[in-house]
Amino acid sequence: MADSFLELAPLRLRDAIVGLFPDGLQWFVHHLLSITVILTVFGTFFAFTTIAERKLLARLQNRLGPNRTGLPFFRNLRLWGLTQPFADAVKALTKEDIVPAAADKVLHFLAPVLVVAFSLLGFAVLPFGRHLSPVELDAALLYFFAAGTATELAIFMAGWGSRNKYSLLAAMRALAQLISYELPLILSVVPVVLVVGTLSLKDIALAQGGWTFGVLPHWHVFTPWGFAGFVIFLVSALAESNRSPFDLPEAESEIIAGHLTEYSGFKYALFFMAEYLGLTALSGLGVTVFLGGWQAPCAFLEFIPSWLWFMGKLAGMIVFFIWVRGTLLRLRIDQLTRLSWQFLVPLALLNLLNAAFWARTGDWTGPLALARWAVSIALVAGPFLLLGRKVNSSRAPRTYRYAD
Amino acid sequence: MLGTGIIKGLAVTAKNFVGSYHDPARMVTQQFPEEPAKLPENYRNFPFLVSENATDPMGTLRCVACQICEKECPPQCIYIEKSKDKKPDANGKMQIYPAVFDIDTAVCMSCQICVEVCPFEAIKMDQVFAIAQTNRFQGLLLDREDLAKPNSYYHSIHPTEAAEVDARLDADRKAAEEKAKAAAAAAAAKTAAAKAAPAATKSDSAVAGAGGPGPGSPSPATKPASPAAKPQDEPRRNPQGEGGPAKPADRAPAPKPASPPEVGRIVPNPPEKGDA
Repeated sequence: MADSFLELAPLRLRDAIVGLFPDGLQWFVHHLLSITVILTVFGTFFAFTTIAERKLLARLQNRLGPNRTGLPFFRNLRLWGLTQPFADAVKALTKEDIVPAAADKVLHFLAPVLVVAFSLLGFAVLPFGRHLSPVELDAALLYFFAAGTATELAIFMAGWGSRNKYSLLAAMRALAQLISYELPLILSVVPVVLVVGTLSLKDIALAQGGWTFGVLPHWHVFTPWGFAGFVIFLVSALAESNRSPFDLPEAESEIIAGHLTEYSGFKYALFFMAEYLGLTALSGLGVTVFLGGWQAPCAFLEFIPSWLWFMGKLAGMIVFFIWVRGTLLRLRIDQLTRLSWQFLVPLALLNLLNAAFWARTGDWTGPLALARWAVSIALVAGPFLLLGRKVNSSRAPRTYRYAD
Repeated sequence: MLGTGIIKGLAVTAKNFVGSYHDPARMVTQQFPEEPAKLPENYRNFPFLVSENATDPMGTLRCVACQICEKECPPQCIYIEKSKDKKPDANGKMQIYPAVFDIDTAVCMSCQICVEVCPFEAIKMDQVFAIAQTNRFQGLLLDREDLAKPNSYYHSIHPTEAAEVDARLDADRKAAEEKAKAAAAAAAAKTAAAKAAPAATKSDSAVAGAGGPGPGSPSPATKPASPAAKPQDEPRRNPQGEGGPAKPADRAPAPKPASPPEVGRIVPNPPEKGDA
């Protein structure tokens, strides 16, 4: 179908601005513009994610959440507290920056800078719309994971550089978590690569185009292996971005604030920014790989520009993560690693097999197509039930004996 | 099955989320400065002085400046100066009143001991908690004009407690009136029997004392002696021994036999002597 005006508006605007510069500079301005837009859009997105998270968590617990912050000079205008993130930013910027005397000054300073830098790298390859990919890499998926994994390095730098036992504990937990969950995270995406046959995120999003009867989208999440992969991806993404229920690195009730213990002021805010940016980037990847990327869910909804669909799905993923945070309790470190190694990794490996079966049986039609679905669903549900029983057996339900 | 618990949990929080928008019973948050805080009836923080009449709070304070609360106050946040003159109280009896009654709320620990020891129901616990001030000392030091609040206000914040107090005071008043009548009748009988000279003093005390000299006529000789001995230790020992829970038991029999001696005991000597 022909691209609407809104669909192309960002591109037209970019080309118009780039055209203002001499030929030699155009490539540079082009990329600078992409970077600026990503920083602005996702910086704002981050700001409003924080307030959305606080409000949603409050509602999930029958509270009201922050609703007081208004605007300076307009005392009566309260705007439901929507300006809270900006007040928080001013607070973080004006706070004293304390560096422990015994800390490794270089690492202590570098960690928050690097953690934000690494978490921003992933945005470069996400296809935000039909024509909106900042950088079109053939191995975008590979690049995304390489860049995303580096954030854990920065967290370890923070833990090591702070010279604080809690920070170091957090750093070690973060590494254990990283090693445990990087594997299922990547394994959950590999089936998609197997089926689509490319590492390019743009092509993966394109491959999910089309609808059955015009309403049922061909997203990967609506296949048995895709659904299993998506669930594994969700769990691993939560763990990768150190969010509840996998927030062991900064478990405030156990190790104060983990790697954040010795940070204050804006450096502290940078860590938060990195956490949310990393979560947003991972959600963006999940949307691209499993939820059809920028594709509209129904054929008749295609008039809405693709980048709006992408941002809508992204917001949906974030809301889901907030919902999970408001619901689940933090795991212990042994539960965390057991969940990964004894459950998610085997399931992800079996899911790979499942996807291979799916890819080989693409030409089955009629009753054979039903058999294809049945086998695929069995390959997901069977191992899930069996492994789920094994993970829990001898450990749950736990019985507690209290002193009388 | 693995994961069902998580789904159940998600359902619970989802219910909370949806319910928080349409079910007021779920939302317990009170948006305080805009909406007045809904406090439980038994909530209390700082004391206030009860006055009978809202239009003339200073003239109708129940407080008679007996200073028991000042002596009992653990952090010693109460400061009282007695008046030199006297005013009639609610019963028409002449009483001294507090010329100065200060409570330093920066020091007050809200223990309610002043309320428990007060024999006149004159000091009660308030519910005003937003007492923040911009200056450090003067703003939190409440004088008697700040502290005086009418009985109707007491009824509005502690309805059940205030009703009990009022019933008790009414019973006291009725008993006192009956006693006064009986004393007057006895005095009249005596005057009829005796000559006009002692009759003048008897009727005087019956009107002003409102049953103060309860046993009336037989006791003019013993009266100066017993209150003179008591005030030194009784007010200190007695309220401490009574405490909170013992109070109703103590109060119940109080109206008829105990109230006149109690008044005599607690109000220090000079006025009684001056009366007589």
